[in-house]
Order: sequence, then C-alpha cells, then structure tokens
Amino acid sequence: MSGAYRIAGKGRLTPARQARFSFDGKFYTGLEGDTVASALLAHGVHLMGRSFKYHRPRGPISAGSEEPNALINVARDATREQPNVRATVQEIFEGLKTNSQNRWPSLEYDIGAVNNLGAPFFSAGFYYKTFMWPKAAWKHVYEPFIRAAAGLGVAPKEADTDHYANRYAHCDVLIVGAGIAGLSAALAAAQTGASVIICDEQPEVGGALHYEAGTTVDGMPGFEWAQKTAQKLAAMDNVRLLTRTTAFGYYAQNFISLTERITDHQAMVEKSAPRERLWQVRAKRVILATGAIERHMVFDGNDRPGILLASAARTYLNHYGVAVGKKVGVYTAHDSAYEAAFDLKRAGVEIPAIVDTREKPGDAVMAEAAALGIKVLTGHAVIKTSGRLRVTSMTVGRSTKGTTTKYEIDALIMSAGWTPSVHLFSQSRGKLTWDADNARFVPGTHAQDCLAVGACNGTDGLANTVEEALGAGELMARAAGAAADAEKLSLNTETAFEWTGGMVGASEGAGPDTVAKAFIDFQNDVCAKDIRLAVREGMRSIEHIKRFTTNGMASDQGKLSNMHGLAIAAEALGKDIPEVGLTTFRAPYTPVTFGTIINHARGSLFDPTRKTPMHDQEAALGAVFEDVGQWKRAWFFPRAGEDMHAAVNRECKTVRETVGMFDASTLGKIEVVGPDAAKFLDLMYTNAWDSLKPGRAKYGIMLREDGFIYDDGVVGRLAEDRFHVTTTTGGAPRVLQHMEDYLQTEFPHLKVWLTSTSEQWATVAIQGPKAREVIAPIVDDQDISNEGLPFMSVVECKVLGGVPARLFRMTFAGELGYEINVPADFGPALWDALYERVEAAGGCAYGTETMHVLRAEKGYIIVGQDTDGTVTPYDAGLGWTVSKKKTDFVGIRGLKRPDLVAEGRKQLVGLKTRNPKVVLEEGAQIVADPNQAKPMTMIGHVTSSYWSEHLGSSIALAVVVDGHKRKGETLYIPMEKETIAVEVTDTVFVDKEGSRINV
Amino acid sequence: MLLIHCPYCQEERPETEFRHGGEAHIARPTNIADISDEEFEAYFFIRSNEKGVTFERWRHAHGCGRFFNAARHTVTDKFIKVYKAGEPKPTLAELGLESGESQ
Ligand SMILES: [Zn+2]
Repeated sequence: MSGAYRIAGKGRLTPARQARFSFDGKFYTGLEGDTVASALLAHGVHLMGRSFKYHRPRGPISAGSEEPNALINVARDATREQPNVRATVQEIFEGLKTNSQNRWPSLEYDIGAVNNLGAPFFSAGFYYKTFMWPKAAWKHVYEPFIRAAAGLGVAPKEADTDHYANRYAHCDVLIVGAGIAGLSAALAAAQTGASVIICDEQPEVGGALHYEAGTTVDGMPGFEWAQKTAQKLAAMDNVRLLTRTTAFGYYAQNFISLTERITDHQAMVEKSAPRERLWQVRAKRVILATGAIERHMVFDGNDRPGILLASAARTYLNHYGVAVGKKVGVYTAHDSAYEAAFDLKRAGVEIPAIVDTREKPGDAVMAEAAALGIKVLTGHAVIKTSGRLRVTSMTVGRSTKGTTTKYEIDALIMSAGWTPSVHLFSQSRGKLTWDADNARFVPGTHAQDCLAVGACNGTDGLANTVEEALGAGELMARAAGAAADAEKLSLNTETAFEWTGGMVGASEGAGPDTVAKAFIDFQNDVCAKDIRLAVREGMRSIEHIKRFTTNGMASDQGKLSNMHGLAIAAEALGKDIPEVGLTTFRAPYTPVTFGTIINHARGSLFDPTRKTPMHDQEAALGAVFEDVGQWKRAWFFPRAGEDMHAAVNRECKTVRETVGMFDASTLGKIEVVGPDAAKFLDLMYTNAWDSLKPGRAKYGIMLREDGFIYDDGVVGRLAEDRFHVTTTTGGAPRVLQHMEDYLQTEFPHLKVWLTSTSEQWATVAIQGPKAREVIAPIVDDQDISNEGLPFMSVVECKVLGGVPARLFRMTFAGELGYEINVPADFGPALWDALYERVEAAGGCAYGTETMHVLRAEKGYIIVGQDTDGTVTPYDAGLGWTVSKKKTDFVGIRGLKRPDLVAEGRKQLVGLKTRNPKVVLEEGAQIVADPNQAKPMTMIGHVTSSYWSEHLGSSIALAVVVDGHKRKGETLYIPMEKETIAVEVTDTVFVDKEGSRINV
Repeated sequence: MLLIHCPYCQEERPETEFRHGGEAHIARPTNIADISDEEFEAYFFIRSNEKGVTFERWRHAHGCGRFFNAARHTVTDKFIKVYKAGEPKPTLAELGLESGESQ
C-alpha cells in the first residue's frame, strides 16, 4: 500500500497510519511521518524535479533541509501555495497536493532540457558574456527569453490568507540543534536551573540518531533515548523545546531568529492557528549543536535520479523504512558510506560493490564488509553513470586509468565525508580555522558568547561529543548566572564504528573538463569544469568565483557545494584552501517565507495611520484623502458630478472669491519655552527673533550647518519666554531632533525646554475675503479687526464660548486669513461651528490640492518639493529671511561656502507656458536651446506645476541655473511628444503687492 | 538588533528606541562664522570612519530623549562604553584596550 520499496519491520513509522497525497496529479499513499520524498521513494519514484539551468532530471540527494534538487510546489488551496519547498522536508498529510517545477510539458518530457544539449553555451559566466552586446538585443531578445526560462518555481498569484505570529523571547542558554550533542547540552544546562530554549528544524529531535541504527545511549537505542530526553526536557518549567523550528540568523549580541513551522504538516488547520511563528531570541549564551552535512562525490554524471548521499539512504531506511533501490552501488571516500551499505544489505538490498577512492579504508568497516560478503574495490573510482530518468549503471575503474567494469544498479549512494555546519557560527562573526588533517573548517575564535559542540565543532566520535556537550551545557548555564546545585552528568554511549576518511574536490571520475558533468552545486548546475573555467578567465577571489559560477548561491549557501568548489578553485589557483578562503555565510540558513518576516506588518498594520481630530467630519463631507507620510489628509472635497480637477478649480475659486476652510492640524508644532527661548531660536533660524514682539508672528527658515534649507514655518511669540513654532507636516520629528541636538550638545547653557505639541492642537485655517466675518461670531471677546489683530500676529483667546485657543492671523493662500488652534478634542466642534458659518457665507472646505495651488499662485515654497536639500535661502529668493546682524546661527558659515556664493546656482523662478492651457509636468527638465544635440544640457527642472483657475492659465515654479537673472527669457521643456516653450517669471503670480492679505 | 545601555535611564534598551547621531567629540566652533573653508571642511565634512573603536553619538529618542556618547567597535558592533554628553572622550587605556588593538 505505502510502496513497494517499503521494507517490512524497518523504520519508525506506523504502517496502519496512512495518508494519501498527490504529486503531479497522481495519488500516492504514504505513512504519517513521511516526507514527500520518503513517500515517493517508497513507491520507487526518484524523479522529482528538473535542474535550474540545464533542466536535468533530478531526484532527492539528501533527506533533509540541505536538499538542492527535489524542490516542489505545495498547495493547500489557491491562496495557500508555495513554490520551492523541499520534498525532503515537507511532511505529507491526507489531501496534500504537490507538483514538480521547472518543466514543460511534464517532468518526464521537458522541452527546456534542450539547454542540456546546448550546455557548452551555458557555461559559467554565460549570462555576463553572452548578453553584453548588442544593447538592443538585451531588451528585446535576451531578457524576455531569460525571464521566461529563469527562476525556480512560480510565485503564487493570490494574496496569502495565512497569518503569522511573532514572539520575542529571552533565555539564559539557547541551544540550536537537538541531536545527541544539543540534547546532552540541554540536559546539563537545564539541571542548573537556567532558562533554556532548544530548537531543531526537524519534526522530532534526534538529528543523526535518525539514521544511526547501531548507536545506544544509556542502554537505549539512540533515537529512543533522544525522544525520552525530549519528553523529560519538555516537562521542565525552565525549558522550552521547539521542533520544526529553524534558527536561521545569528545577529549581534546573541540575537537569534528562529522560524517555527506550525501548520504546514497538518491536514486540518485551525483557523486561529498561525502558519509560522517568528521567534526573536535574546540569549545570554548560545550553544551551537548544528551537526554536519555529508558531502557528495564529484564525478561525471553524479546527478542522476537515484544517486544520493549515503546518510540519506540510511535515513530513508532506518527512519522511514524505505530502501532507495534494490541494487545499490556505493561510491565513497569515507567510512560512513559503509555503514549505509551494511544497513541496506541487512535489509535485503543487493550491494554490487563498494567503490572506494582510498587504498586503505578503516579496518573495522573492511572487516564487516567481508563478513557481510560485500565486494569492496579500493583505489577505484566511478568513472561515469548512465540512465535517463534514473541511474541504471555505474562504470568503475582503477583510479589510474585502465580497464573498466560496468555494474547494473538502480541507485548509487556516496560519501566524500562530512562538512561541519558552521553557518550560524560564521554568521555570529566568529572566525573559522582550517583543520588540515580532516580538510574542514571548524569554529575558531568566537566573536560572541557562544560555543559550538559536536560535529559542527569538528568533534569526532560519540563519546567525545557527549562529553563536550555536557560540559558546554553546564559551563554556559553557569556563565549565564544559573546557580542551582546539580550533579555531574555522564552518559554511556556505544557505537558500532568510528569513521575515518574524507576528501574534498573532484574525484578521479570527474573526467576531462570539456564534457564531464561532475556537479558541485546541483541547484545552480555548477560543475567542476565551471570552477576551473572561472579561474582560467581570471577570477582569483573565491567571492568572484562564486558570483561568476553561481556556486553556492541561492538556498544552498554553502551546505553541499562549498568545500568542493573551494578545493577545486584552490587546486586551479595553485594555492592552499585556507589561502583561498571561504565565501561569506549569509542568513537565512534555509529559506524563510516572506510571511514570517513580514509577520503582522501588513495591510493596515504595515505602518501606523495618523488621522486628524476632524477626519470623520471631512469624510462625511465626501473628502478624498491622500497619504502624506503616515497622515491621511483631505485632498479635495468633490461634489456630485465633480472630478478632482473640477473640485479643485471650484475650491480655489471659492477661497479667492468668498472663503474656504482647511484642516491644518498635521503641521508640526513645537513649544519653545524658557528665558533663553528667543536666543535659542536666533541660533536655530536665519531670522532674528529677539526683536519680535510678543503677540507677533514671523515666517522662519531653518538651515542645516551646510547652509541648505532644512525646514520652514511660521513662529508666533506668545510671551517673552514662549514661542509656538510650526514645522512642515513631514518635518516635525526631525526638526525637534535637530533642535534637541543643538540644545543638548552645543548650547546646553541656554535655559530652554522643547515640547512636541503637534497632536495637542487641532488647527483650522480660514482663508478668503470673508474669513473675518466667518470667525467673528465664534471668537469670544477678542478684537479681530485689522488693527486689533494685524497680519502676522498671534493671540491666546477663547472660542466657542470658553474653549482656549491660539488664534493666528496668517495665510498660506495669500488671502485675509486666520489659523485657529484649539485643544485636539475640540477640533470636531470647531470644525462643525466653522463649517456652518463658511457654508452660510457661500464658502467651502478645501483640501491639500487646493492649498498647493493657492500657495503656488503666491510663490510660497514647499520645503522638499521646491527645495531638495541643495537650495539656500538665496537660491529660493528668501534672502530677506537671513539676518545680517546676527553673528551666529546654524548655517551661517555654510552659506559662505565658495560653491554657495558662486555664479551658476540653480535658483527658484516662476514659469509661464507660452500656451497658457498647457500644464507642465513636475520634474520635467529645462533646456535653453531645444535644438542642441543630445544629450542636451539641462539647466533646471520644474518643481511645482498647477492649473490656476483664478488666472485662467497654468503656473509653475522651477529651479533654473542663474534663474534670477533670466526673468523674461524663453526656455524650453522637451517632452516625449512636443517641446514646450516657457517664459521665466517672478515666483508670485497673484497679488504681488499683498493687497488681498492686509485688509 | 543591538541592545544599548542608556547612561541617563541606566537601562539596556533595544536599538529601535535610539537614533544614531554620527561621530562624537566634534565640537561646533564657537566662532563658526569666521572660520576658514579648511576649518569648516574639517568640522563639517571630515569623519574618521574607523575600522575598530569608534566614538559616536546616540539619542534615546523614544525614551528619555537625551543625547549621549558611546565607544563601539565597528567590526563586532560591541559597545565598549556609554557615557553622558559632555564627559571627556575616554582613552583606549581607559577602555581597557591597548593602542593598536582598536584595529
Ligand atoms: Zn534614556
């Protein structure tokens, strides 16, 4: 039922607990606990995918997360679909739907495999070289072709309906990996009372004990001991055990990110359950027990389906009860493959031969092979393999050429030795050292409070591993401050064989450079010859070789490909491996879903939304809102039948002819208070504030030290020692930071206090000829006549019968205008009262678009739109704001810099199009001579451009080289379809003398 | 995410509460209006950009709001010392480092 390759009595799954799933539309029965890979292998299916570049048929090479080949698409439904899932990791459940990728029309007959025939063209660096020339071909021929052919898997089209959780955790000791090393360390740490988190990427603890059949711990089979230990640990209050949880990133100060997969293995998912949980753990100490990854042998045709790592074959047999074949060849440079052969042989699988590149394998394994009657060919190599969709034979010869023998096989297992998993250690910025005897990099100098134990530390042998791990567990717990009495732990371990051997680089069978497909990196289709080619083409740094060949890129991140690639590069370069150096290990260790990383930060939670106190009133009036930073601002208020253009024209006309009201609450506001407040503002602004009388207000310009405009706004002086400062909407936080910086660090002798009051005040601007009559009835006992409250004054008064207010006489529209500030809670009441009056007067509410048009008609700048961080007050025509008397203010020296006083600066001017109906595009480039050769000399650009209903023409502001001297000149704006002629003008288009304001 | 000890709050708090403020111990000339172009360049543009121990300003923006200084190693990101604004720049010896070790 669960497959012809399932061996009765082998493995740890329960035959009665079955689950049906589909692969490429065909249904298979597996057992609960199977991965897609183990369940398919049980049915004799090895072909699970196609490689990236050559579309070579591929099967799983591993039984874990290092899998480069068996990448599949997994779907629960249309919105919950994920490409590039490892078949060796995805657990099956009833109803699971999986599909192969990177093939068309089918996995067995893939058109893309012609890439394989054209392989010489697809050699390393092919992308960089082939598509360099001609330029046009890149856009029209190469790129569309590559876009269509490239990429593994297909991204789902619909939005993900799953949700993802996020937790922060603190602990004394975090242990990564729950194999025998991690579990031993956890036992020792936990009994000291330390808080311990131990995580493992697999569904159950055990690590290598999954396949180590001959190991006993404390008299129990190793895997059984691991499960008992896990139960014991999980029952302790001070231990958190997380399975299906990958530590994927190791950051500064022992900050480690884990991703816990919660529902991907469940047939029925509770609606409330998050799919995955991101753990961000801050650990006082970290123990890395991440084990080692077996390396493949590098030889011609080493990628056919049916060719696997020896440890993977053992895992499939000893854990899942699945034989990878019936006639299994073995190719190795390390003793570990012998144990796989022994296990398979004892399970009834035929082993035609063990081919060992070494002349002298370990004595113990040789003796056992003889006892089991397995032929061992020492000093031999697998020269090539055959079989289209599955390996069918291996050809074996003496390393030193000569006669060859062909063996019929249906699977081939291999081992070149073990690579310690130093990814996390390396991410922690620890330095690796080269263990020349065993040809491996192991953790050297630590950069953080962590220890590596067991196989990832290069520790060989079970007893050594356990002793090291127990010691590390206690040491790290004590170092973290755990103080409970604890007895010294020890564990009795027995293991069948101690391993020897190992090699890095291409084996004899890698064959001649021109034809052999001896793969190093399966996922990226990088062969030994590609590395050599990279060296021949001049790459010297391993980082360059990596990028030229793509070796170890994508999800591999050095798991399988690293050491072989490095060894071949070193040989080609004639250097030692440590001299060539390793490429950088980067997070994530294995791919992490975007869902986990983005977590709750999506939709309305992506970024805070800020609304003014009058938001609901404005919405009720039909306002269309625009995003300004995090603010929702009323953009325009369309009436029935109006589009944006019509609404804005009407609003502009209404303000100029009667009156309009505008929500200005988003303006930044800072209360500057203290005996030295005026002195402080004198330093922060170009203007002079000392002379400003209480009750008066002034437009201020703030510079950076380099002399460029940083912010602007109206500042009102309420009393000798109190100023109401306004900033741009977006500038409020940085202006406060800027002020605090100077106050705290440069002028700490000044007695001044700064308080952000942006959210404390609701602000409504009333602008237009009828502004005074509109506000008159709501202002309590305050003379608001032109004499009583002249232009640019401020008064603290009451409105609406007792509501405290700050009333400014000011305008950003060029009209008789007021801005009324009331405590935020009174904003809606103020709005309602004013709206009633405004409507009765024939006025209207207006939004930010109208505000922009009105201010542009007056030539009032918007910092950040008409300025860009390289504009001085003089450039902007605001030289009058710069005090000539002051001996110091921020920017005073910057303004004198040679480049800032030189000729040829871009200066702010007005532009009028020759055809008044043409509205320029903001950002459009300006030239003096439209007939000059391309590329033209651009002398400026349009910063603001609007249709002015009041003038019946378009208006624009622009920065132009020496613009102030060009008034009256005709300049040109070349656009895609036409060249637009413009006249340079003053920046003030409406009411140059200000007669509308001072009434 | 770094943990940073605020010398005013006397607490270790996550990096997101802080805002980096550039290199420390660069005093604004009191006669800034009169300094030469070279002096202005040195004050405003030139930074040491150490590989090793760097002295930098931080502001506990979402906490006490205070600016303070820190000695941090730019390779390991380790904070060697935090100290209040206005306190003198510690010597390498005071930081427990040999000269030359800053690299
Ligand atoms: Zn603080």
